[in-house]
Amino acid sequence: MRAFARVVARADGRGGTVLAELRGETPLLLRQTPGHGRAATVYVVGGAAGPLAGDDLRLEIDVGEGAAVRVHTVAASVALPGRPDAVSRMAVRAVVHDGGALHWLPEQLVAAAGCAHLAESQVELAAGARLTWRDEVICGRYGETPGAAVVHTRVDYDGRPLLRQSLAVGPGAPGWAGPAVLGGAPATGSLLVVDPSRPAEAATVEGTLARLPLAGGPATLWTATAPDAHTLRAHLGDATLATVV
Amino acid sequence: MATSSLLLLLADGRFPAGAHAHSGGLEAAVAAGRVTDLASLEAFLAGRLATAGLVGAAFAAAAHRAVTSAGPAVRGSTLALLDAELDARTAAPALRTVSRRQGRALLRAGRAIWPEASFDDLPRTPGGAHQPLVLGLLCAAAGLSRAETATVAAHGTVTGAASAGVRLLGLDPYQVQALLVGLADRCDGTAAEAARAADDPPERLPAAAAPLADIHAEAHATWEVRLFAS
Repeated sequence: MRAFARVVARADGRGGTVLAELRGETPLLLRQTPGHGRAATVYVVGGAAGPLAGDDLRLEIDVGEGAAVRVHTVAASVALPGRPDAVSRMAVRAVVHDGGALHWLPEQLVAAAGCAHLAESQVELAAGARLTWRDEVICGRYGETPGAAVVHTRVDYDGRPLLRQSLAVGPGAPGWAGPAVLGGAPATGSLLVVDPSRPAEAATVEGTLARLPLAGGPATLWTATAPDAHTLRAHLGDATLATVV
Repeated sequence: MATSSLLLLLADGRFPAGAHAHSGGLEAAVAAGRVTDLASLEAFLAGRLATAGLVGAAFAAAAHRAVTSAGPAVRGSTLALLDAELDARTAAPALRTVSRRQGRALLRAGRAIWPEASFDDLPRTPGGAHQPLVLGLLCAAAGLSRAETATVAAHGTVTGAASAGVRLLGLDPYQVQALLVGLADRCDGTAAEAARAADDPPERLPAAAAPLADIHAEAHATWEVRLFAS
């Protein structure tokens, strides 16, 4: 399946956000729900199983000056095998203008056995834009050896590179489960917070959760590995977000 | 013929750039109980090669390309962009610091050995340029090809950690050497991939991430007593 979805958010001039455009196609359907304060909240509703190998899904998000959007998904996405030798692809492209804020807080990506999935995100932040961006990968359903999944994230701040990371798990990623990469942890993820109004923080480590101030802008990356999805969410969830959003 | 000897000299752990003082994250992985024996060392080396090894080799190759194929007018700006792109691939501040410190040590050696070579195109970043960029320029000064440059870089990411494994775990050096022999094809494959990638625009260069490398590096940086600098 191929699908294209687009969200355009603009400040409504009264301190809130209006969605100037909100369109999707099966299986990438978008629904607006009552928001949190000034932010518009959008849920991505999976209109079909998958993504299945061969699917090509694209989502564009444009957040204007002074607008704020929260994007969630209603459930984890389970990347599944499909056509032989095909790859499923989920590409997100987001632009956030000065004074705009995007909070991308989807549920986990589960790399099911035999999948071949590429999640590719590209975010351009103007100087003065804010971002919360969470990526969580679960390596296989319970007790399952995962297929191949790559989560590639590219974020620029004010025209400069801020974050480039490409996490690969499963066959095709040598040593991914070993002690240099995940150390056998079936769950991993990161939470990027870009906020020009926050003072820079020092790096910290607690167990397998690290807080890492980035070099290319006013940003902090939390990165974690965990024995399961719940523990991972405890690391990268509301408690961490409460300190930043 | 001259090139072969220069390749060996640059890839040699005895090249005076302080590589022996670094374990490539192995010391912290050993302390965390994640590397305990030959098998777990092998898995560590494979993962390091596919992540930090690929990224480092690609940036060394791209820096080599910048000074051998780009015009003098754009060399400095290309290297500055590569430095910023490598920062964006190095989330852990401890790893950024180590890479710049290793770059400074390598640059000191390079300036002494090839006084006629131009290292002035390197960005004047506080702390010095990242190690892979300096390595790319040294290899270019030595007349190595881009593929050889990537090989030196990829090789260095596994051999340093492997010899640290002998010291940290008391492993049999013959067995550790056999691990490296077993990884040689994969190391060459990584170098070839890195050399090809160097033709891509900087933002598209490999960005293979390893969450534990970041976590281990920040934990290691807090220790008061340690055998290796990283």
